[in-house]
This record gives sequence, C-alpha cells and structure tokens, in this order.
Amino acid sequence: MISVHLILFLTFGTVAAAGAINLLAQTHPINSALSLIAVMAALAGEYLLLGAEFVAAVQVIVYAGAIMVLFVFVIMLLNAGVEEHTKGSRVAVLFGIPGMLIGSVLLAWVMLRHSGTEAVPAGALPGAPKMIGPLLFHEFLLPFEITSILILVAIMGAVVLASKPPTAPAPPREGN
Amino acid sequence: MVPLSYYLVLGGILFACGVTGFLIKRNIITIFMSIELMLNGVNLSFVAFAAHWHAVGGELRGLVPLSGQVFVFFVMVVAAAEAAVGLAIIIAVYRTRETLNVDQVNLLKL
Repeated sequence: MISVHLILFLTFGTVAAAGAINLLAQTHPINSALSLIAVMAALAGEYLLLGAEFVAAVQVIVYAGAIMVLFVFVIMLLNAGVEEHTKGSRVAVLFGIPGMLIGSVLLAWVMLRHSGTEAVPAGALPGAPKMIGPLLFHEFLLPFEITSILILVAIMGAVVLASKPPTAPAPPREGN
Repeated sequence: MVPLSYYLVLGGILFACGVTGFLIKRNIITIFMSIELMLNGVNLSFVAFAAHWHAVGGELRGLVPLSGQVFVFFVMVVAAAEAAVGLAIIIAVYRTRETLNVDQVNLLKL
C-alpha cells in the first residue's frame, strides 16, 4: 500500500535527485546554482516530512537564502561564462564510470539490506525550536561557542582575501 | 511509512552527484557548489538518523536522538564559513589569473 508519506518522499526525492543531476549537466554556473537551489528546497520538504521543521526553515533561510545568494552574487561579479570542456583521461572513463556504478549499487544494496526495515514515521521528530534550543545552548554549548569563533575567523579571512591588494608602485615604463 | 534506507539512499545519491561534479567540473564556482551538494546529502542522513533513533531508540530517548538535528546546524555553519572564504579565494584567483577554469590555475602562487 502506498501511503501519502511515501508519495511525498518520492516527489521531493525525485526533485532533489533531478536537480543534482541537472547541476552536473549544465555548463553555465548560473544554471547550476539555480538547480542547487531546487535541490535545497526539495531537501527542506524532506526535513518537514521527518518532522524537523526548524531544520527545514533554517535550510531555506540560510542555505537557499544566504549561501546561494552569495554564490549567485559571485557568479555575476566575476561574469562567469560557459565552462570550456577539457578532455578527461581515458583511464578515468574506462575504469571510473564502471567503478562508480558498481560502488553505488553495492552501497545502495547494503543500505537497503542491512540498515533495518523499520519505517521512519512521518513527522516523528520533535523538531520545534523549543526542543532544539536547550540542546544547542546546554549540551552543545562549547561547540556552539567554537563555531562563533570559526565564523569570526571566516569573516576576517574573507575580508582579507577579497580586499584589493596594496597597489605596488607601477614599473617604470620604457620609451616615452 | 518510509524506511530509513530510502533516506540514506537519497543522501547517497546527492553525495555521489557532488563527488562527480567535484571531479568532472572545470569551473571553480561549480566545484564549490558540488561541495555544498555533498554537505546537503550528509545533512539529510543526519536528520534521517535522528528521526530513526527517536522512533526506535528505546533507552536512547532524550538527548541522543535530537542531537542529529543540532549537528545539521554545525554543518551549516561550517558550510557558510567555507562558502565565504572559498568565494573570497575565487575572487582573489580571478583577479590575478583572469580565469575561472581550474585547469589554468596550476600554480599555488597568487
């Protein structure tokens, strides 16, 4: 019997997988960025199905909102065009693609066989901010504070890297 | 009712697409997006495991089941920091190399 939960899971999963494959197929970075946004929105749907509503909201706001806007901003800033293709090595084509197929089939088989057949009920998780907050600010207080330091370092690193380097004195021009 | 393995397989598909994109793409921005795709696949398995252990956990009830969701936030923070620094590096590389093709960026010296 096909439940509504399974239908919703398959819908969001198909969108996510199709977006991921479309990210690979597109040659222009802006198209890849848009399909990645589709993947993230579909994943937010999956989180909602699991009951993790706060994670879903943060996924949309932070990932699809902030991080992808940063990506699109850089794509427009650098005026990125269609990527030119370079030929990969023949060994990679000969062994890589069959190896990847075998590996993924093996992995899927192991997961389907051994990771238990217990179904995850829809909306099982208590994912409200009321449940997450105490966990984040009591049990995981030290990692939380460390991530704030990480963010600070990342901000300073980004500013240092992206700011214009001090202009060196122009080399004396020959002639005139 | 969806088995846990379906979520894991979906996460594996996303991760595999990310790895493939990381290897075959030549545009440095798309390579960064592939890394974000990999992190998203991992996040899905985190939340799926959290739901799984909350449902069947038994004596694990309480702290352990929900911490999968908290780790998703830490992964997101790391992804945000990585995106900020990585895109700044891309801008610095583009300023000196005038290209986004990783095949033409073959020296570490800026």
